[in-house]
Amino acid sequence: MSDSATANRPASNAPSAGLLEGIVQAEGYKYGFITDVETEDAPPGLNEDTVRFISAKKGEPAWLLEWRLKAFRRWQTMAPPDWAKLDIAPIDYQAASYYSAPKAASGPKSLDEVDPELLKTYEKLGIPLGERAALAGVAVDAVFDSVSVATTFKDKLADLGIIFCSFGEAVREHPELVRRYLGSVVPQGDNFFAALNSAVFSDGSFVYVPAGVRCPMELSTYFRINAAKTGQFERTLLVADRGAYVSYLEGCTAPQRDENQLHAAVVELVALEDAEIKYATVQNWYPGDENGKGGIYNFVTKRGACRGARSKISWAQVETGSAITWKYPSCLLEGEGSTGAFYSVAITNNRQQADTGTKMIHIGRDTSSTVISKGISAGRGQNTYRGQVKVLSNADGARNYTQCDSLLIGKRCGAHTVPYIDVRHPGAKVEHEATTSKISEDQMFYCQQRGLTAEDALSLIVNGFCKEVLNELPMEFAVEAQKLLAVSLEGSVG
Amino acid sequence: MSKLLEIRGLRARIANGREVLKGIDLDVAAGEVHAIMGPNGAGKSTLSSVLAGKPGYEVTGGTVRYLGQDLLAMPADERAREGVFLAFQYPVEIPGVNNMYFLRAALNAGRRQRGQAELDAQQFLKAVRERLKLLDIGDDLLRRAVNVGFSGGEKKRNEIFQMAMLEPNLAILDETDSGLDIDALRAVSDGVNRLRDPARAIVMITHYQRLLDYIVPDRVHVLADGRIVASGDKTFAAELERTGYAYLGDAA
Ligand SMILES: Nc1ncnc2c1ncn2[C@@H]1O[C@H](COP(=O)(O)OP(=O)(O)OP(=O)(O)O)[C@@H](O)[C@H]1O
Ligand SMILES: [Mg+2]
Repeated sequence: MSDSATANRPASNAPSAGLLEGIVQAEGYKYGFITDVETEDAPPGLNEDTVRFISAKKGEPAWLLEWRLKAFRRWQTMAPPDWAKLDIAPIDYQAASYYSAPKAASGPKSLDEVDPELLKTYEKLGIPLGERAALAGVAVDAVFDSVSVATTFKDKLADLGIIFCSFGEAVREHPELVRRYLGSVVPQGDNFFAALNSAVFSDGSFVYVPAGVRCPMELSTYFRINAAKTGQFERTLLVADRGAYVSYLEGCTAPQRDENQLHAAVVELVALEDAEIKYATVQNWYPGDENGKGGIYNFVTKRGACRGARSKISWAQVETGSAITWKYPSCLLEGEGSTGAFYSVAITNNRQQADTGTKMIHIGRDTSSTVISKGISAGRGQNTYRGQVKVLSNADGARNYTQCDSLLIGKRCGAHTVPYIDVRHPGAKVEHEATTSKISEDQMFYCQQRGLTAEDALSLIVNGFCKEVLNELPMEFAVEAQKLLAVSLEGSVG
Repeated sequence: MSKLLEIRGLRARIANGREVLKGIDLDVAAGEVHAIMGPNGAGKSTLSSVLAGKPGYEVTGGTVRYLGQDLLAMPADERAREGVFLAFQYPVEIPGVNNMYFLRAALNAGRRQRGQAELDAQQFLKAVRERLKLLDIGDDLLRRAVNVGFSGGEKKRNEIFQMAMLEPNLAILDETDSGLDIDALRAVSDGVNRLRDPARAIVMITHYQRLLDYIVPDRVHVLADGRIVASGDKTFAAELERTGYAYLGDAA
């Protein structure tokens, strides 16, 4: 076994003078507007009645209500995790509302039935729900607060046997699939936030790609928190049957509000024999202001099971938003020869905190995993990579390669690398490399000497730093992500 | 001939450090090529850094006028967009940033400043191909990240290629000839000669007479201990080669 863990090894020369010193506020969170729609909300508070209320609102079958209640009882016995390097003010779970739905949007059958206010919102966000979706070749499911407002291209996909719909609809139309896979990757009691989600999850997306089908377009869900004082708890379940292929994108924004809002999602992926799932996230929830007021608490459990032989799951994420991010998209590599990958860019600016990484659990033989993490800290941002590589005793020929690079912009931010390596097979090959560098003033000056402004220079260098990860995003998203990186770093050169 | 660059009594020190430029006077007219020679540590690179606006230096006296403007009042990126180009003694690597992408961003930044339309991908490629031929550069360098893994000579060629693309008014070449093999030196020199232009001034910092055989300068200066201590025409360099700087130092 070769395990060359070297955390925080400096990779490049530190700048001499203080060009990057002055950290001012990030100005433009473009998505901070509020949509004025009439909503139907659950009263604040959380108890069994809340769970029943949500389930009833959604007209769920008894088995699902029972499932929720079981999760709720489990949650009551649990405590929030305290091991992450995050400074979180105590959360009053009784103060939030656990259900908010735009009145007009309950169950639209087609785009024409969607409240025009909502369509306008997505238009403003640059999310194509109508004609433009067709041009972009992306099928979109849009989740507004607690409900899915529109799923495009459903019919076209249905011709191929692909199911792409809101979670609520999946429960109604495909209960057997939902029942078979729900909670099979992330058990109810997996962690505090997963248990909470299992009890009160509102909506989300469901995807099933049948055996041998290659999904011909990118599937995309767009999550938007709009209402005040509500949490968002969506649940995504994605199953790729034998030999199927699907690429899935997820984007998130929220209005600018002074109070923190909770977002606790669960995503479960199942890849059967020879199936491949690519799951990409661009997370741009409202990050709070420059003093750390407001912003989304993003506590998310994402996990994929490579159940079948030679199956592949790849997570790619660009995390630029949220006040606090707690998120570890992981792979259970059960099938022989299965492959897991995690590509991540996480930016923290101002007072943002991120504790993110992955778990690669090697269970089957000849499983391999790749982890590429790029953490960028600016302002007073704190950025932690936390990753586990576990090789079980039967995983002959298991291999992992992990690379964690941290980039510091200015002097008041922090980067931390916390790798856990747990190898129970003597033949496993696990490599871990880590670097921490400061943005180099020589690079900045070189760019500026060629005519680029400080902002453009920084964005260029940061994009270069993230290149290996951005390359893993679908084309349309990569461009968006690049712009987002630039916006997230606004004000971090002085 | 109008003076493109006028340096008067320029003094500068390393931020919170010692004085390196101790009163530089230098005039360069459009269309001219000047060579600056001088011992190691004399302040040649510091002069080019100060002219380009590199942070970490503090101007403590004197003035620099560039095309009639106060050069020292402009931020570094604006100087660049106004046509001041520095070919670095040690070009910097920028991992993950494609050379072409970088160059196009730089070119368009300058064009925007001058109120010209940005070049689209096709126009840009056309310009690139013309310049490549001029400098005998393989296009594989263009597909790679900026200077990453380039050999010393490749980095220098890339600098001159950037200069050819950006078409500056004032080009300062800091030891562009150092580390070049004979063929590369000839290719780079040919390239620079083709970039000589009545509207453009070139200031070359070098240690070697050899370069001046290829790129024949209008004026040659010796910079020693932070001052220009001697100047002459193109024959002066050959003389220096024989006598060395020590003799001058005594005289100065
Ligand atoms: N950023 C800096 N920090 C500390 N010292 C510096 C810095 N820049 C220049 N110096 C010092 O200033 C003096 C002049 O350096 P400079 O690089 O200008 O010399 P040069 O004439 O270009 O020499 P060479 O021919 O070796 O390239 C040297 O003593 C150098 O060490
Ligand atoms: Mg020098």
